[in-house]
Amino acid sequence: MGGGGGWVAAAMFPDEVWEYVFSFVEGDVERNAISLVCRGWHRIERRCRRRIFVGNCYAVSPQTVLRRFPEVRAVTIKGKPHFADFNLVPSDWGGGASVWVEALAEACPQLEELRLKRMVVTDDCLELIGRSFRNFKVLSLTSCEGFSTAGLASVANNCRNLRELDLQENVIEDNCSNWLSHFPESFTSLISLNIACLDGDVNLFLLERLVSRCSNLKTLRLNHSVPLDRLVSILLKAPQLIDLGTGRFSADSRPELLAKLESSFAGCRNLKSLSGFYEAVPAYLPTIFSVCDGLSSLNLSYATIQSAELTKLITRCKNLQRLWVMDLIEDTGLEAVASSCKLLRELRVFPFDPYGAEHVSLTERGLVSVSAGCPMLRSVLYFCQQMTNAALIMVAMNSPNLTCFRLCIMEPHTPDYLTSQPLDAGFSAIVESCKELRRLSLSGHLTDRVFKSIGTHADQVKMLSVAFAGDTDAGLHYILSGCKSLKKLEIRDCPFGDKALLANAAKLETMRSLWMSSCYVSLGACRLLAQRMPRLNVEVIDEQRGGQLASRPDDCRVEKLYIYRTVAGRRSDMPACVWTL
Amino acid sequence: MSAETAKSSTESDVSGLDYEETELKLGLPGSSRIAGSELERKRGFSETVDLKLGGSGGCNLDYLTAESSDTRSSGAGKLPANKAQVVGWPPVRSFRKNALKSCTYVKVAVDGAPYLRKVDIEMYGGYQQLLNALKEMFSCFTIRNSPNNNERRLVDPLNGTEYVPTYEDKDGDWMLVGDVPWKMFVASCKRLRLMKSSEAVNLAPRAPQID
Repeated sequence: MGGGGGWVAAAMFPDEVWEYVFSFVEGDVERNAISLVCRGWHRIERRCRRRIFVGNCYAVSPQTVLRRFPEVRAVTIKGKPHFADFNLVPSDWGGGASVWVEALAEACPQLEELRLKRMVVTDDCLELIGRSFRNFKVLSLTSCEGFSTAGLASVANNCRNLRELDLQENVIEDNCSNWLSHFPESFTSLISLNIACLDGDVNLFLLERLVSRCSNLKTLRLNHSVPLDRLVSILLKAPQLIDLGTGRFSADSRPELLAKLESSFAGCRNLKSLSGFYEAVPAYLPTIFSVCDGLSSLNLSYATIQSAELTKLITRCKNLQRLWVMDLIEDTGLEAVASSCKLLRELRVFPFDPYGAEHVSLTERGLVSVSAGCPMLRSVLYFCQQMTNAALIMVAMNSPNLTCFRLCIMEPHTPDYLTSQPLDAGFSAIVESCKELRRLSLSGHLTDRVFKSIGTHADQVKMLSVAFAGDTDAGLHYILSGCKSLKKLEIRDCPFGDKALLANAAKLETMRSLWMSSCYVSLGACRLLAQRMPRLNVEVIDEQRGGQLASRPDDCRVEKLYIYRTVAGRRSDMPACVWTL
Repeated sequence: MSAETAKSSTESDVSGLDYEETELKLGLPGSSRIAGSELERKRGFSETVDLKLGGSGGCNLDYLTAESSDTRSSGAGKLPANKAQVVGWPPVRSFRKNALKSCTYVKVAVDGAPYLRKVDIEMYGGYQQLLNALKEMFSCFTIRNSPNNNERRLVDPLNGTEYVPTYEDKDGDWMLVGDVPWKMFVASCKRLRLMKSSEAVNLAPRAPQID
């Protein structure tokens, strides 16, 4: 298709017909493919694209995006690298949302949805959102910072058609405790409200009034300040909820509260998802027994409850598809999950005490049980203290359909504890067996050999996380010269250096980004890379030494390196500790 | 770009980059092992730090966060006793870490004493430190280990009265301090009470697990 030949696609039908056809195609990859067919389709497609995903806010300028897609209604943007979640990225690194919100405010008054992840969002941004978009419906902020409850107040005040306010794991300054009062009395459109990450007290009276008048509310996730007795009245006002995040799930043992809570849960016949359970006590867990059968998602990862009580609850949830829990569940608990939750698709086990030296009775056995007992298992996040190749091989055999496998053995360099061998064989089995694996995180003692397997077999892996692994540059070379679908690579504390990076420079342009910290990359190699690859931003991050990068010699080791492809050139908002070469 | 081209250009463009050090091969850099041989000893971080990229450069390498300088012997999967914490590892989000950290100031009452004190139990690394702190706080006490060495009691030397440290947990039950793992204790302790051991008979200890 294209310029030559007799058939010009666009001329066959009026534009509106093609637009209508294209409206059935929603995925980014497919829309991008449509736009490459011919100039006509490119022109038509861009005018009717409604949803945009910007995986790296510095890969393209807002003006470029909005010039091409003037009719956009829903925008998702991601900012900081993933390792910012673990304090590896300086707090002033960047990821500011203002430049995007300002551009949107000017060019897209029809914007309805904005989703931001790992970005710096100010109260001014929030106010601008409120003032600029008449039909604004969805605001979702995940792992963002820089704003306060005063900013939320302005959203509440201005966004008269808001359907969804979703705040996930943000750091929010609390300077306006009555921000909920800014939702006018006439405001009833809310379908989804997630305030679980709010640190301070929420005005309970206002919250209940809001819940009362928003009869379409389907998702409600409260923060820890909402006590159990108020949860009762909230549930009585919103029995239609599908997704509930409780507040504090503890109280003194009071029979009448137990009874009321049990009865209010029983009234929620549509509950599919439960989360929250902050400071949970076992005494109140039975109050949710009546809804267990209908649950497809259960997040107990903040509930510091011992295995026996956790197990009693989870084994009642026969239709569970997603389970998030702490390692307090222990192997025995996971064995029970494997017997009871046959529809389980996603398991996440978080560490109760990441830094403690105490032995927790959660080992590789729990993971193997679940993989053996749950044929639908697709996604695993597992923190543990020990692992064996045999266990990983069993997981690979039991769960060949895994799409996401993230294993974190908490002590770096931990080998197979039975054989003392590296865990190369185990992880190799995983990538060889799980042909649809899209995300992989490694841990434990690993040599270059595992990277050879990964490079060869992990054809679908888009995101790979590597820490404290490998021996030489060969490891990195195997990854970069293989891994056909690789888009995001993040590496820390590995002996990888210049050779592999320079040998595979072209690969970097096919990826969204590469993060390397505490590795062996030299400044000289970075300079060379930047010189050869003008469409990459090579950012060197150096917090400790200060002073000018330009004067440093080539053999100086780079502390942190972030490389990403971009059509926007070097960014202008870098702090002192970041240099783009 | 082939590996060969890259090698030659790095040699000429980047002075001081020692080719042999960075040659792709399996095996510890700087060693004369044959490629592909078994790696018998895992290289500890103190060794990796010594890897030279050639030239001085005057760069300090102390940003590499502290790891145990002992080479881990094969077979040992146990945690070293004094593990220095590595930044951002294990990869648990700060949000989660903070959420699990609740207010850990608890009141401490002593039977027969007219005053209460408050302690931040999270400040202490374990039961022994907590008991030492209590001893300091109510300065009349000394610590006596009971015969089975798993319980610790505080003794008022003036009258020989023994006090047993107890605590009220989230469920409202009174327990002996030391019954549960330390971290679980920190998460569930609501207040402490130094109970006269004569009154503590109802608190039958389960297998005490004080380190």
